[in-house]
Amino acid sequence: MIRIGSGAGFSGDRLEPAVVLAENGQLDYLVLECLAERTIALAQKRKLQNPSLGYDPLLEKRMELLLPVISKNKVRLITNMGAANPIGAAEKIVELARKLGVSVKVAAVTGDDVFHSINLEKNALEVDKPLSSFGPIISANAYLGVKAILPALESGADVIITGRVADPSLFVAPMIHHYGWSLDDANRIAQGTVVGHLLECGSQICGGYFADPGKKDVPNFAYLGFPYADVDCDGTAIISKVQGTGGIISLATAKEQLLYELTNPNEYMTPDVIADFTTVRLREIAPDTIEVSCCTGKKKPDTLKVSVGYHAGYIGEGEISYAGMNALGRAKLAGEVMYERLKDDFSDLRIDYIGSTSVHRTSFSKNEVPYEIRLRVAGKAQTIENAAKIGEEVEALYTNGPAGGGGARKYTNEVIGIVSTLISRDKINTSVVIRESVKNEEKIV
Amino acid sequence: MKKKLYEVAHSRAGDKGNTLMLSLIPYNEQDYQVLCEKVTAEKVKEHLKEIVEGNVIRYEVPNIAALQFVCHQALLGGVTTSLSTDTHGKSLSYALLEMEIEC
Repeated sequence: MIRIGSGAGFSGDRLEPAVVLAENGQLDYLVLECLAERTIALAQKRKLQNPSLGYDPLLEKRMELLLPVISKNKVRLITNMGAANPIGAAEKIVELARKLGVSVKVAAVTGDDVFHSINLEKNALEVDKPLSSFGPIISANAYLGVKAILPALESGADVIITGRVADPSLFVAPMIHHYGWSLDDANRIAQGTVVGHLLECGSQICGGYFADPGKKDVPNFAYLGFPYADVDCDGTAIISKVQGTGGIISLATAKEQLLYELTNPNEYMTPDVIADFTTVRLREIAPDTIEVSCCTGKKKPDTLKVSVGYHAGYIGEGEISYAGMNALGRAKLAGEVMYERLKDDFSDLRIDYIGSTSVHRTSFSKNEVPYEIRLRVAGKAQTIENAAKIGEEVEALYTNGPAGGGGARKYTNEVIGIVSTLISRDKINTSVVIRESVKNEEKIV
Repeated sequence: MKKKLYEVAHSRAGDKGNTLMLSLIPYNEQDYQVLCEKVTAEKVKEHLKEIVEGNVIRYEVPNIAALQFVCHQALLGGVTTSLSTDTHGKSLSYALLEMEIEC
């Protein structure tokens, strides 16, 4: 049996749950999934400014906390925090290890960057328009699978750091490495994939993103434990969390996470397999303990998905609040003024009434009279200066707008869009680069 | 008698590009059949007409007694370029749970 923990579900996730897992979870492997669709394009931009950067911005913070613990407890770490620069990340980890007096062997997995091998005149998968027509392309990264990660595990490295790989593959790779499953064993790999899918979002199977007071209560919610799975040789797994941590693992939390982000439950596609999640069996076998079994799958897809990041201009936003009698009326008047003054410069202008209809773009509750309302205006522009006009106009509502407007704020942000394409597997060349630190290096002298 | 889905089921929203996915999971597995009958793709499309521009596809997931709705053109262009405050549409699970069924 092997035990795999999930210590982060996105780049900005909490730091300490991974430390708790590594310290008290009796893990064989700790996985940190930190790379969202857009994160790698942002990382690519940082790398262009400084070639030694381009890895996850929290890499140093996370590794400083984890290196001493994983070294002491012999936990192997697998993470996609390499982002646009896995080798740079490996070198940074070695540098940190030296500072901390820890020996570490780091394997960087490369080959996901396919910027130079995709055809930009091909149509995007989302819209029938060539990739080049969306805007200046920043990055193109293929979703690698277990095949790219396995050589890194075979190298004996303590830390395996990748760029873009499919999230579940981070979990399936150590299962294959440990049990020697054939890469053509679609059922076992599908079963491993569903376990990876359940774990990859960190606390989302432990009551995170689940609580609804009075309906779905989660104990000790401020200190959620993160999950681990004990995986058997056929892929059957028991998912649980460290005793004493907060949160809850139940059929309900597992069901929500099983369906999370699925576009087709019958065909969950990864670079490794096409898994049928309608065959999965979930069983609550003890408090905070779920057994996952029976998932079946079909042969992996012939092509790999590529995420392409492009410059999509700038977004400008402005907000201002109204409260008390006729708050919505005054906010709407302000919204009309903003539309009138900005409509010629912004073809796509969004005017939201926060507190009423902003997030659902409508309201399902009739006759509501909100006590306070925040007006939000947003639009896109090609330059940051033009985008800033929105916030400037909203701010000017202080003296020029309806009575009682307060708390104006303005923002501008660069927008990076993502579209997808496919690439044939023979165009992908992956490799493993080793970087190592040895404790007490002076001994060698 | 009318009931909000919120009373009998829970939901989580997910996103891929401009596509929104909404699960619908009854608290009591015995309610699964009723949800299959009452919460059709057409009814969800009608309920979410201000939000979802494209079509709605419903998947039955009987092994866990749950439904999955895949809603196309639902996120104002998608997380990366949307002007919406909730670019992922993460809050939209609760829009589905506002739907009323007769029971």
